[in-house]
Amino acid sequence: MRKPITILVSIDSNSILLGARHFKNYLINRLEHYNLTELVDVLETGSLGRYDQGVLFLLLPDNKMYGIKDTNDIELFVEEQLLKGRPVKELIVEEIQTPKSVEAKKVTEEERIVLKRAGKIDPKNIEEYIAFDGYQGFAKALEMKPSEIVNELKASGLRGRGGAGFPTGLKWEFTMNVNAPEKFIICNADEGEPGTFKDRLIMEGDPHSVIEGMLIAGYTVGASKGYVYIRGEYFESVDNLRNAIAQAYEYGLLGENILDSGFSFDLTVRLGAGAYVCGEETALIESIEGKSGRPRLKPPYPPVKGLFQKPTVVNNVETFASVPAIVLKGAEWFKSFGTPSSPGTKVFSLCGNLVRRGIVEAPMGTTVADLIFKYGGGIEGGKMLKMVQTGGAAGTFIKADEINIPLDFDSFKNHGASLGSGVILAIDDSHCAVDVALNLMEFFAHESCGKCTPCREGTRLIVNILREFSKGRGTLEMLDNLYDIAYTMQNSAFCGLGQSVPVPLTSILDRFRDEFEAHIGADTCPVGVCRFDKKKKKARK
Amino acid sequence: MPSSKCEGHEKLYAELDSYINSVKDQPGVLINVLHRAQELFGYLSEETQQHVAEKLNLPLSQVYGVVTFYNFFSTKPKGKHQIKVCLGTACYVKGADRVLDRLKEELGVDLDEPTKDGDFSIHAVRCLGACSMAPVVLVGERDFYGKVTPDEVSKIIEKYKEE
Repeated sequence: MRKPITILVSIDSNSILLGARHFKNYLINRLEHYNLTELVDVLETGSLGRYDQGVLFLLLPDNKMYGIKDTNDIELFVEEQLLKGRPVKELIVEEIQTPKSVEAKKVTEEERIVLKRAGKIDPKNIEEYIAFDGYQGFAKALEMKPSEIVNELKASGLRGRGGAGFPTGLKWEFTMNVNAPEKFIICNADEGEPGTFKDRLIMEGDPHSVIEGMLIAGYTVGASKGYVYIRGEYFESVDNLRNAIAQAYEYGLLGENILDSGFSFDLTVRLGAGAYVCGEETALIESIEGKSGRPRLKPPYPPVKGLFQKPTVVNNVETFASVPAIVLKGAEWFKSFGTPSSPGTKVFSLCGNLVRRGIVEAPMGTTVADLIFKYGGGIEGGKMLKMVQTGGAAGTFIKADEINIPLDFDSFKNHGASLGSGVILAIDDSHCAVDVALNLMEFFAHESCGKCTPCREGTRLIVNILREFSKGRGTLEMLDNLYDIAYTMQNSAFCGLGQSVPVPLTSILDRFRDEFEAHIGADTCPVGVCRFDKKKKKARK
Repeated sequence: MPSSKCEGHEKLYAELDSYINSVKDQPGVLINVLHRAQELFGYLSEETQQHVAEKLNLPLSQVYGVVTFYNFFSTKPKGKHQIKVCLGTACYVKGADRVLDRLKEELGVDLDEPTKDGDFSIHAVRCLGACSMAPVVLVGERDFYGKVTPDEVSKIIEKYKEE
């Protein structure tokens, strides 16, 4: 029997840090204290993407969202709202209003395709997923011909959500058309792009959507085995996904002869072990084979020769999670979101010096300005926005006066700002461009796999030069050197990692050249961040 | 570190072997086995790597290559409580470097070296995927702390000293 009142507590890896588990237990304790346990159900759900108001409690059937910051808030919530039926206004969280598509500017609630169930269902319960259209897309797919599914995906214009933006339908078609006895599906869940945490929250909040997307892929291309490659540090994702896979087996949605269709599919979780380069698909494949994750020479590409040399589809978590709704509702429906060249929605990770850091699903083509000010609540602490890095570690830096750029797959070509994995990293004016560049390049130097010389040596040289700048020993010649190294890497590095390192480097050099130059021959860092060598003064005298 | 003759270790090896036996027919399980081994022993000594190589019938060079390639694996013992500070860009711009400095000061050690009593070691790690809570500190494998300020560092350390 369902109890008359339900409280959904949003519990995910980020909200646990705000005390979500503790708050849930405290709430249950208070309910017992007031003898309310017969009337109130407390359930766990996934992320709603917001963390600025504390841990979110969704009260049903009232549909009121409460932001809980401490146990006093829980007392107030129980005593006022539950016992007396009086809403506690100061704890209620308002929903953010957002436009459905950029052109129409029609304001609706945050538009969700990928995250529509996160924060509404219990991710550990397959029945709740099924009740929310779950596995309907897969059931429909089983009645279609594989070529029809590919055509639907191609018509929908869905492009890979991991960063590269390759058309998903086309990728599947390559693999579908290869005649091979064994094929594989891989879900790239090795989310390692600094600032990105969307895949994690998708897997924690709605793990079955990923499984369903992979099932449809398997049926379409004729694969019978899939792997989800997850970062070892993502414990909650691993737990929820393993649990979801076990349930799917139990319900006959994985395994032999699924739903009597003659189609069989097995799914296993593989753990990553901390290597950024494993986000590159061939490196990831090497890693699943149990080797060091160094990229392979392409071609042949994975859709033709991938895991264990068999045709393999590799897609990002968000891409797979987008597929079931497209199959179920059709390409035309999907195209009603976003822009003509980049249909659909995108899950953005908002981080850095923002008031509201979290994830938000917005239509493709939403501007950086809207993401920062409308969804992100602006810059915290009364500071000014200095720059934004969009797209992740390998994304571009733009200045505060350029943020009216719409983000979609063409924005890099048209405006010089990358969409990448959807990171919006806002940086305020207390930060120094040299210091930010150094931190980022140290990351790449550390994560370069060492296979090719341009990347292995290039990243090291870049770090050495930036260190000189941060110690007050930079020269104009060094700046030119940085551009030379960037040019060399862009044109000769073996894989996407090395080839994309120059993107953030040159974009920050181009836009903050004056700040780099101001470090040359100065006594202190012009922003007051870098710690200059004391010796330097003597040398100049 | 105690030798393999130690009773505790034999038990751990037995546990590792039973895991290896349950997965060894699957292709490419080396990384999963190393995950399990590190979970059991805390780090991957030469002896442990040799053991894994023999059991999986792989050359030791391949095992060693994989161990040293991935950040997650360590060939040296770490502190009992490993304090990991995320230096991803999102944490960095929220002051992770100041948190790291304070940690080094409080514990009197540099990165990746255990304290004299072996209780703690500090590690700089890449993005942990909790960017809305930046800056993030992770103690051990599962104890996350979000929005950490330098002044909170001593409180966090204290918590693990009591244990």
